[in-house]
Amino acid sequence: MSLLEVDGLHVWFDLPDGGQVHAAAGVSFALDAGERFGLVGESGCGKTTTILALMGLLPPSASVAGEVRVAGRDILAGGEDSVRPYRWKDIAMVFQGAMNALNPVKKVGWQIAEPMAYHGVAAGSAARRRAAELLEMVGISASAADRYPHEFSGGMRQRASIAMALACQPKILLADEPTTALDVMVQAQILELLTRLSAELGLALVLVTHDLPVVAQVCERAAVMYAGEIVETGPMDALYHLPRHPYTRLLFAATPDLYGEEEVVSIPGVPPRLDEEEAGCPFRPRCDVVLDRCAAERPALRLVAPGQQAACHRNEAAGAA
Amino acid sequence: MTGTGPVGTGVPLLEVDDLAARYPVRRGLTERLARRPRRWVHAVDGISFTLARGEMMALVGESGCGKTTTAQTILGMVAPVRGAIRLNGTDIAGLDERRMRPLRRSLQMIYQDPYESLDPRFRVRETVEEPMLIHSIGGSRAQRQELIVSALERAGLSPARAYLDRYPHELSGGQRQRVAIAAALALGPALLLADEPVSMLDVSVRAGVLSLLDGLRRDGDMGILMITHDLSTAAHFADRIAVMYLGRIVEHGPAGDIVRNPQHPYTKALLSVVPKRDPRQRSTPQILTGETPDPVDVPAGCRFHPRCPVAQDRCRSQDPGLRLPATAASPVHRAACLLA
Repeated sequence: MSLLEVDGLHVWFDLPDGGQVHAAAGVSFALDAGERFGLVGESGCGKTTTILALMGLLPPSASVAGEVRVAGRDILAGGEDSVRPYRWKDIAMVFQGAMNALNPVKKVGWQIAEPMAYHGVAAGSAARRRAAELLEMVGISASAADRYPHEFSGGMRQRASIAMALACQPKILLADEPTTALDVMVQAQILELLTRLSAELGLALVLVTHDLPVVAQVCERAAVMYAGEIVETGPMDALYHLPRHPYTRLLFAATPDLYGEEEVVSIPGVPPRLDEEEAGCPFRPRCDVVLDRCAAERPALRLVAPGQQAACHRNEAAGAA
Repeated sequence: MTGTGPVGTGVPLLEVDDLAARYPVRRGLTERLARRPRRWVHAVDGISFTLARGEMMALVGESGCGKTTTAQTILGMVAPVRGAIRLNGTDIAGLDERRMRPLRRSLQMIYQDPYESLDPRFRVRETVEEPMLIHSIGGSRAQRQELIVSALERAGLSPARAYLDRYPHELSGGQRQRVAIAAALALGPALLLADEPVSMLDVSVRAGVLSLLDGLRRDGDMGILMITHDLSTAAHFADRIAVMYLGRIVEHGPAGDIVRNPQHPYTKALLSVVPKRDPRQRSTPQILTGETPDPVDVPAGCRFHPRCPVAQDRCRSQDPGLRLPATAASPVHRAACLLA
């Protein structure tokens, strides 16, 4: 049994005109304490939807199916509301742009202590003490607890929002594009912090980003999402060196590398609309190695190597994608 | 440098010479009453470079290093406090609006966010046509239509007729950025400034927009100055890279030399923290502590010395100029470090 098990998660959003968008379609992954897992893909592929579902924070227009187990307990059994007792205490999240969402008129230390009181973890001076410890843990001096967000740099605010997420000692941390708006040097500092916290606290880290090199440097394993589905998952090394889904290969080929000599090529076309189920492989219109059966049959995620799964018909035809 | 002018003249397309620009720091009421002296943000503090026709140069650095102010000064949006900006040999630094206007045509800018830079009420046709009307390009409607179509096709929006009547909300991010590029191309600019042209776009389309810019400068004599924080992109697409820190260029040279044989400790640190695609290449990032200091109080001596891992005593007092580093492989490589 893994610490976090996501099993066949589906999310649909109701559209105002009566239609539905199938934003996450049978997403499954699992991770252990201290493990760092990446969720990558283009915008609109379902990464953020997936982790918001784990937090029980989807808007009312969403409906959810599937299981999300934390240490064996299904936290989604009674729908989104049943996540509440686990939220922040077992599973916490650093939101995209969190550093710009701190309350400007409250001291940073207060903002870190507040969720502790709300969740009955600590209150009063104990909460203040713990807030100071958390700040030290994320690399900010404890005396900064009495300062306001505007007195912090972008990097410090992002550290503070990580401290806030850790206030109730969660076992799982979901980080949505935690370094996207930051400079490279500050990005490196934050990634180092997340790696250290995951190792020291045994945190299971889910890193959501469109930035493959960031995942390559931080995570041991990753899942590549496309059109609401995981199309390939496995060890980071295999995803880069032996990708078994064309989308994974093309995403890497579209990403410039500092020392890369080969041409950087974009992926033609755009991701499909998710408001109508289509037959066949959702990546087919953009794929460079289409087979006849790709139009009719939707490929399922299959084991292609130890610990590596891919949803591509090519893998049955022999040879990598 | 490699800049050559219209055949035989030897005049580079763009010559920036000891350019400096600053912004006043807003003073509070108490400061004004106490008659404290006005303080300045020294955003750009004496930079020089040239750009040749058909060349792409990348200006890289972290936020606040002065790369965007440099572009704004070249465009005439910010008046420089000193220095020259010569476009085809003519100094355009600090020209007034009236004299700047005819030059704007040859000086176009591509902005970071195509979701913000296009007017949502304008169809693609109008977005590309408007600057042509302002600059009186294309005599008749039919002539303009022809120019619009050709600009869109050059920007990779083909067939152009399929895009003419669309609104920005009907286009993807990559297509919007291509419309912005087409609107610039319609004026036949000599110099294109591109400020983080792909950072708002999806990974899958970035390469396409960058290759488009690359192709445009290669098959014409347009020069491109690309401003980016992304060293991997700069390494791939630019001929030369200039690294800025606190308002100064601290290192510049051919892109390959900067990436593979960096000489300035700041460049070395920046390169070390760029995440690599290959998980096997997990280098130890050389993480600098703290963040770039405030450009209001620039450190004495070498402005990088407070964060420099190899700083010596003399670095605290001596301000190093750009010079050919001892171990440089290229004769045009320059670094501003006493130890290089």
